[in-house]
Amino acid sequence: MQTWSLVSICVLLGVVVRWGVSLNSYSGAGKPPMFGDYEAQRHWQEVTYNLPLQEWYFNTTDNDLMYWGLDYPPLTAYHSLICAYVAKSINPEWVELHRSRGYESPKHKLFMRATVLLADLIVFIPAVVLYCLYLTDGSSKKKVSTLFCFLLYPGLILIDYGHFQYNGVSLGFALWGVLALGLGWDALGSLAFCLALNYKQMELYHALPFFCYLLGKSFQLGLMGRGLFLLVRIASAVLGTFALCWLPFLSDPDHAMQVVRRIFPVARGLFEDKVANTWCSLNVLIKVRSILSSDSQIYLSLACTLLAAIPSCLRLLTKPTFWQFKLALANSSLAFFLFSYQVHEKSILLVALPVCLLLNDLPLVAIWFLHASTFSMMPLFLRDGLLVPYVVTSLAFLFFSIYLLSPLEHCSEDTLKLGAYRKLLFFLPKLDLACITRWKFYISVAAMAGLSFVTVALLPPPHLPDLFPLLVTSTAFLQFLGTFIYFNIVQFSETLSRKSQKKKKH
Amino acid sequence: MADADSWSWFSALALGVSLLKCLFINAYHSTDFEVHRNWLAITHSLPVSRWYHENSSVWTLDYPPLFAWFQWSLSHVAQHFDSNMLRVENLDYVSPSAVLFQRLSVVFTDGVFIYGARECCRCVHEPKEQRDVLSRPSFVLAVLLLWNFGLLVVDHLHFQYNGFLFGFLLLSLAKHLQHRHLQGALLFSILLNLKHIYLYMAPAYGVYLLRSYCFTQDHRDGFVGWRSFSPLRLLTLGAIVTSVCALSFGPFVAMGQLPQVLSRLFPFKRGLCHAYWAPNFWSLYNVLDKILATLGVRLKLLKEADLPQASMTGGLVQEFHHSVLPSVTPSVTLVCTVLSILPALLLLWGTSRGPRAFLRVLLICSLGSFLFGWHVHEKAVLLAILPLSILAVQNREDAGTFLVLTTTGHYSLFPLLFTPAEFPIKVLLMLTFTIYSFTALRKLHSVQGRLVHPLEAAYLLGLIGVAITCEVAFPLSPWQQRLPFLPLLATSVYCSVGICHSFLRLYVSLLRPEEGPHQL
Repeated sequence: MQTWSLVSICVLLGVVVRWGVSLNSYSGAGKPPMFGDYEAQRHWQEVTYNLPLQEWYFNTTDNDLMYWGLDYPPLTAYHSLICAYVAKSINPEWVELHRSRGYESPKHKLFMRATVLLADLIVFIPAVVLYCLYLTDGSSKKKVSTLFCFLLYPGLILIDYGHFQYNGVSLGFALWGVLALGLGWDALGSLAFCLALNYKQMELYHALPFFCYLLGKSFQLGLMGRGLFLLVRIASAVLGTFALCWLPFLSDPDHAMQVVRRIFPVARGLFEDKVANTWCSLNVLIKVRSILSSDSQIYLSLACTLLAAIPSCLRLLTKPTFWQFKLALANSSLAFFLFSYQVHEKSILLVALPVCLLLNDLPLVAIWFLHASTFSMMPLFLRDGLLVPYVVTSLAFLFFSIYLLSPLEHCSEDTLKLGAYRKLLFFLPKLDLACITRWKFYISVAAMAGLSFVTVALLPPPHLPDLFPLLVTSTAFLQFLGTFIYFNIVQFSETLSRKSQKKKKH
Repeated sequence: MADADSWSWFSALALGVSLLKCLFINAYHSTDFEVHRNWLAITHSLPVSRWYHENSSVWTLDYPPLFAWFQWSLSHVAQHFDSNMLRVENLDYVSPSAVLFQRLSVVFTDGVFIYGARECCRCVHEPKEQRDVLSRPSFVLAVLLLWNFGLLVVDHLHFQYNGFLFGFLLLSLAKHLQHRHLQGALLFSILLNLKHIYLYMAPAYGVYLLRSYCFTQDHRDGFVGWRSFSPLRLLTLGAIVTSVCALSFGPFVAMGQLPQVLSRLFPFKRGLCHAYWAPNFWSLYNVLDKILATLGVRLKLLKEADLPQASMTGGLVQEFHHSVLPSVTPSVTLVCTVLSILPALLLLWGTSRGPRAFLRVLLICSLGSFLFGWHVHEKAVLLAILPLSILAVQNREDAGTFLVLTTTGHYSLFPLLFTPAEFPIKVLLMLTFTIYSFTALRKLHSVQGRLVHPLEAAYLLGLIGVAITCEVAFPLSPWQQRLPFLPLLATSVYCSVGICHSFLRLYVSLLRPEEGPHQL
């Protein structure tokens, strides 16, 4: 069969799964007074449509920032505005100022779901297809398999089409950036990444690798010659994109500052809710939040994040290859997720994207991580009434990724890139590391399945109401930490990276 | 193919489609959902003697007794989900757990279908040198059966248990392909007692079994050897069929309820066509009648007041009188059906040509009754599409027929799902299945040339135009208010052309001498 037909079938199936999930409930459905992210997005449409741009980010009589105030960068606001125009033309009640609060109807749900799908079809899915076809190696069948698994990643589908958000847009722009960088179009890549940053500030998780890769590349070309030229081009692309996105807000510096304050709310605390990062898991043992002042919490988390992210970024700076870039993306975003300030459980999607890029190279660890990342958001899915789609998509992803990418069949120390571990663990007796990894995978999948079952089926003991969510997040945290260490070691293992570099040269 | 490992792709396909089905749990379901819920309630809470008398719901039990027993056994699982759905007086009862149970019951009973599909795939002749899994005929057949668009839509969105029933049919066909005729006959008689729509296929079964099983030898010229008749075989066959029927209908005969049961099974009170015309011969006939009537009025040959005023697709199941052409009665449809399938049956009787010819005649029987039958549902086209998949992966000519029939037949199911939320699903799934069937079958038969005639291809491409006009453009236009049934009419007429054409194509391929050795 021709590749085009396989690719189109994969894409169509990916879209069917997305739409199938979207038939289910969304966050905060029928839960006044605050509802959930669905209402937040609808409210932004209401605000951007009815209020002048100057008021979007300010607390005014018509714009109560305490009720889902706009706290994403301008591109999100513009996107909401476009959606609002369409909504207005279909049914004005959907975006009527004040009176549309908490508006819910099947038709409106259909409209909102359709906007997510449309954004995905325009931004995210084409980027995935192009990435898998042009930047992964292997036979065309292998590429299509990677594409299918990439499109089937349950975490993103469940958050965007179940819970309700537009992560596909920001992640899609970031992926366009990766794609362009992989193909050597550096200025275009930085443009795409700036769009991602201006859609969602959380894309900062990926900023360091982009920066280091481009800087390292310029160094390599020689800072006095072509490298400088490249740097200038990139800088003008970045500045131009930012200027365009922020143009309406630039007339007044105060206005721009208010937007920045809205985007980076430092007053919210070290972490919220239950999230599978270091601070929340540490909280079981040490109550960091009550020991330290909120300022020192910020400095502590900032220091830890930078410490965790810098090694891989420095490595990338000295060795700006595409392979290093992908690993650094995963490492840096994981460092941010594990250590930074005010992390949401959904932020794991920012890590999941670079790990999806590694599906073809390090299938076992990538599948493992992606599965764990979906699992870490399980409490959220249960709150939103997404149990059935969670189970179905997770099973489908686990089964098809293992079946199509066959990570367990070709599972040796070489393919797992465990050479460095062998050197580090020289003092231990000779063990079959590949076998141990495989067993760890089985055990952790079983543990995740068991915990999912227990959370759904059993009531927690009355004096420990948060027992299961905490167990879920700490299990996920351990796996994230393990992956973080593993990816860092892979990035630093000399011989292997050289081998991949040969393979990855574009 | 005995190697278990080389079949892992089959379980992947089956698991994949089963998971996909589970995603549609919260999707739209038609009144058939309530129909089956009511039957669960009836069989669970009433004594057997009341099953075919109960009429507190409009959706009375109108399937044969074995299906009622099937519902009865399901109801024992259902009570652990939500016992309220098992009460007859709870009409139109819907709760999340009732939906979950009913949907999952379809997904799980589809296991029979998966097993049947697997048995059929085993019967497919595999070229030895083929190493790529994707271009193996058995793989293609498995996809065409398991991922069949029509079945997914009718069972898992619209809501019915066709997968379970087709499982029996496929198993029975597989047994015949393996020359295990008695098992095949047993399975088919069970199937008949589960849903009597499969009576459409019974003539082909009867003739084939009589000819190929009860007569053990042929003359050298291929005609039937009368001397080789084996009464023992006939008796065995008869015993199997009658014992299954006795098991199913026996209790009702004993209770003296047979007339009541039969009146439920064959309601001739309904009209010639269903609310939405199935794309068959009568749809063309009705349209011709309308056109003639309009022309007559225009040319002043007819008076408008004389014409009977009944909108044929107004949405009600009703008896209907044509204005110009003679009105059609059930007996006329019966005669037409018999006439349409008779040549094929005679051909099957005349020359013994093995299971493949049997399959073709079976298809002609189901398509013939679809085209000319009384009150046919559009879903009945699946009766032809699924068995034709088996032939399509083996023979180029049949592959062409399959592509024409499936694409038009599947498109004709579009009006079943009219809710906007399910619109993307039906379009995407249909596209997926169509793209796959075209590319895979073309690859499979690539050596022998093209599969569909350019005219046929143009006709099929025309479906895209029909789809855009009927599904997107028309509802937005002002005519939607005045002529709401026009898209249905256009769909039905356009599709009936394709289905009539594939019927003729099947006949031609039956008459054509068999090329090459038997592959089945």
